[in-house]
Amino acid sequence: MSVDRTTGTAARVVAATGERLRRRPAWLAALYVGNARAVIGRGFRVIRNANWGIIATGFFEPVFYLLAMGVGMGGLVGVVPGPDGRPISYAMYLAPALLATSAMNGAIYDSVHNVFFKLRFGKLYEAMLATSLGPMDVALGEIFMALFRGFLYGIGFLGVLAGMGLVTSWWALAMLPVALLIALGFASLGMAVTSFMKGFQQLDLVPLALLPMFLFSATLYPITVYPGWIQAVIMALPLWHGVELMRQLSVGFFTPLTLVHIGYFVAMSAVGIVVVTLRLRALFLR
Amino acid sequence: MPVIRAADLVKTYGDFDAVAGIAFEVEPGESFGLLGPNGAGKSTTMRMIGGTLLRTAGVLEVLGLDPETHGPEVRASLGVVPQQDNLDEELRARDNLIVYGRYFGLPLSYLKPKADELLEFAQLTEKANAKVSALSGGMKRRLTIARGLVNEPRVLLLDEPTTGLDPQARHILWDRLFRLKEQGVTLVVTTHFMDEAEQLCDRLIVMDHGAIVAEGSPQDLIRRYSSREVVELRFGSDRNAAVAGELRALVDRSEVLPDRVLLYADDGEALLETINRRGLNPLTSLVRRSSLEDVFLRLTGRSLVD
Amino acid sequence: MTRPITTGSSVDHVDAARRGRVLGWWFFAEGRLLRERPFLGVTIATAVGNPVLYLVAMGVGLGALVQQPVDGVSYLHFVAPGLVVSTVATTGAGWGTWPIMGGFKWERTYLAAAATAITPVQIALGELVALGLRLLVQAAVFWAIGLAFGAWPLASAWWVVPIGAAAGLAFFAPLAAYSATLEDEGIQFNFINRLIVMPMFLFAGTFFPLTAMPPFLQWIGWISPMWHGTQLARIASYGMANEPLPTLGHAAFLAACIAGGMAVAARTFSRRMEKAS
Repeated sequence: MSVDRTTGTAARVVAATGERLRRRPAWLAALYVGNARAVIGRGFRVIRNANWGIIATGFFEPVFYLLAMGVGMGGLVGVVPGPDGRPISYAMYLAPALLATSAMNGAIYDSVHNVFFKLRFGKLYEAMLATSLGPMDVALGEIFMALFRGFLYGIGFLGVLAGMGLVTSWWALAMLPVALLIALGFASLGMAVTSFMKGFQQLDLVPLALLPMFLFSATLYPITVYPGWIQAVIMALPLWHGVELMRQLSVGFFTPLTLVHIGYFVAMSAVGIVVVTLRLRALFLR
Repeated sequence: MPVIRAADLVKTYGDFDAVAGIAFEVEPGESFGLLGPNGAGKSTTMRMIGGTLLRTAGVLEVLGLDPETHGPEVRASLGVVPQQDNLDEELRARDNLIVYGRYFGLPLSYLKPKADELLEFAQLTEKANAKVSALSGGMKRRLTIARGLVNEPRVLLLDEPTTGLDPQARHILWDRLFRLKEQGVTLVVTTHFMDEAEQLCDRLIVMDHGAIVAEGSPQDLIRRYSSREVVELRFGSDRNAAVAGELRALVDRSEVLPDRVLLYADDGEALLETINRRGLNPLTSLVRRSSLEDVFLRLTGRSLVD
Repeated sequence: MTRPITTGSSVDHVDAARRGRVLGWWFFAEGRLLRERPFLGVTIATAVGNPVLYLVAMGVGLGALVQQPVDGVSYLHFVAPGLVVSTVATTGAGWGTWPIMGGFKWERTYLAAAATAITPVQIALGELVALGLRLLVQAAVFWAIGLAFGAWPLASAWWVVPIGAAAGLAFFAPLAAYSATLEDEGIQFNFINRLIVMPMFLFAGTFFPLTAMPPFLQWIGWISPMWHGTQLARIASYGMANEPLPTLGHAAFLAACIAGGMAVAARTFSRRMEKAS
């Protein structure tokens, strides 16, 4: 048995890669060869082999929260004022916030923990970058996969909400793309943060940042219970904008602030992606 | 044109020189070795060749291109086998080859038969659908090498290909690499095993503390820096140093190591007879042919594996 | 090279074996706590941060939505004992999963320890003791911070400290017994965390009385150490109405989880050690 090294297919592809790269600006050529789909293809192959049970359990978490807090807590709380001022049930108040939070958690887990472990232990990126892939191909592919998982969970959770009668507007369909926008914002920011991480201990700090954001960002109760300066701090943080946006969509009521919420995540994604691009070498080539 | 050309190549971390200005060339079809102890700068050099590590100074050309500015093009023609296997643990053996090929942008129509061909080459056909974690150390190594060949590279970089393998697995691997060499693949191999360098390399550089201390073919280096044969004597840990003085008078060159004394001679048996006649009575004695280990000892005063 | 390293004269091997037989579990617990030292900063930040965050968010924030008294007391007084128990118990559950598996599989700490005079049973016990000490400290910090919030109406509220630690151990012991049997990559922990620990936390009557849940979901609370711990903690902290028999029942449930879990762990640790070494 011998390896036939003269088929030439590989050589042709190498030449084609070179040709494609020649048409790119020089600064981009060393970062990106336009083959993020290979990284995505790998992701789907992993999902195909993966334990679907685990993927399914990720969907149960927000549902359990909704059941426990919406039903159990709802009995104590009664009704709360909705985005348009009309009273809504506590479960209805809570549901959009849980969707925004699960988009955040999923994106952060994928972009911080997963990326960090693949870097340190799996050495997956080391192998990828030994091929003609550039770091930007890897980053785009990984962000896409994170969003895809978020998309699946989003569909599932939205289905549950509809089944429980917790959405009252067709605008709720827009919660799905908005969940992806929220996930994109957190994923790009998460990768940017990961590029500055040195060790495990810093990884432990992530939940310390996420937990208070979850507890205070108008997820479980309106922020009006707090004095003005605390409200201002909360409003500066991203999750609050995600929660408010989702809540508005769930009933189809909008204000000029809606645009601010969307703008916040667009800007956050843009800043995150720029920082990630600048830090790509630090992120992957170490 | 050489496939790899390095001149005044430097890599520093802070004030530590990992690679301190080295120059070498690798010709097409050649099997080229970087021999040296751990920390000599071999892996650092390898990673700079692949463009996944930025050099501090100097010139480096791979296939006529600078791997830093033309990383993707350079790596498209390289096969990389890193020191520690970095197989994709989440994929099965065959999928590892296919997915890796996709990273090069290769079409599935090419990759599917290629993957089977490479699995056969790596003697892993039965393990095609096995999880990576279920493979033995030697199998993982062979799979990593097969993976490095998926793009039919012009140059295959092998970083410590057999470190950590048992003797049998090493011989299987050497056999596979030898076949690649016969097919004209340019091999660049780092190793700290002299027998590996002697087996695989047409020509090698000996590195120490980031610098090149010698260059040549294995036979050539042995001829230049050592004698034909070596007598290894052990007198027990307390006596080695004591008898060394007397022994030194018998030969041109000797080395006193903590556990043994090495005497360099063209006729080892004759020397051993002289020693025995003098009543020095070593606990054990061994006459062997000179190896690159002796070359390294001569050049640096230290042994390769400590 | 002249002074011999091993003469066998300066260590009394018989005495070392005797001490190991009696106190091996403690030697192991010491080492276990020492290994946590690099994480001390994060541990302290979590131990202090969690109570502050939860008390402000749940007790004060969510409490503002709850207008009427719950079980006859303010929402803060109602939820505080539940918060101590659930945060401490969550830590206990966490220690029972990956770290146990890692001790056999990755860091292989247990294999190193078992090569000394310490037995596998002592290792399991040592883990329990080390965790128990840690949970006591964590619960005490929570209690102290709760004082500042005025979360404890009765002086007897200090009982939440041992009760919280016991609830944590009641989660830990059975999980540890199970984790010692796992040999693959531990994907089961995803199921355990999301399908067992998480519901046992959410449906354990921490944030609302268990009776507020539909009857077909209340059983999740009954089998959750968190619910039993929380009920005991409420009796101590605000004098929740109770009868001697159910109170004893809660305590007995926690004790049974710890003792039963350890009995099984003694077996699974020993068996795993035979396989691994």
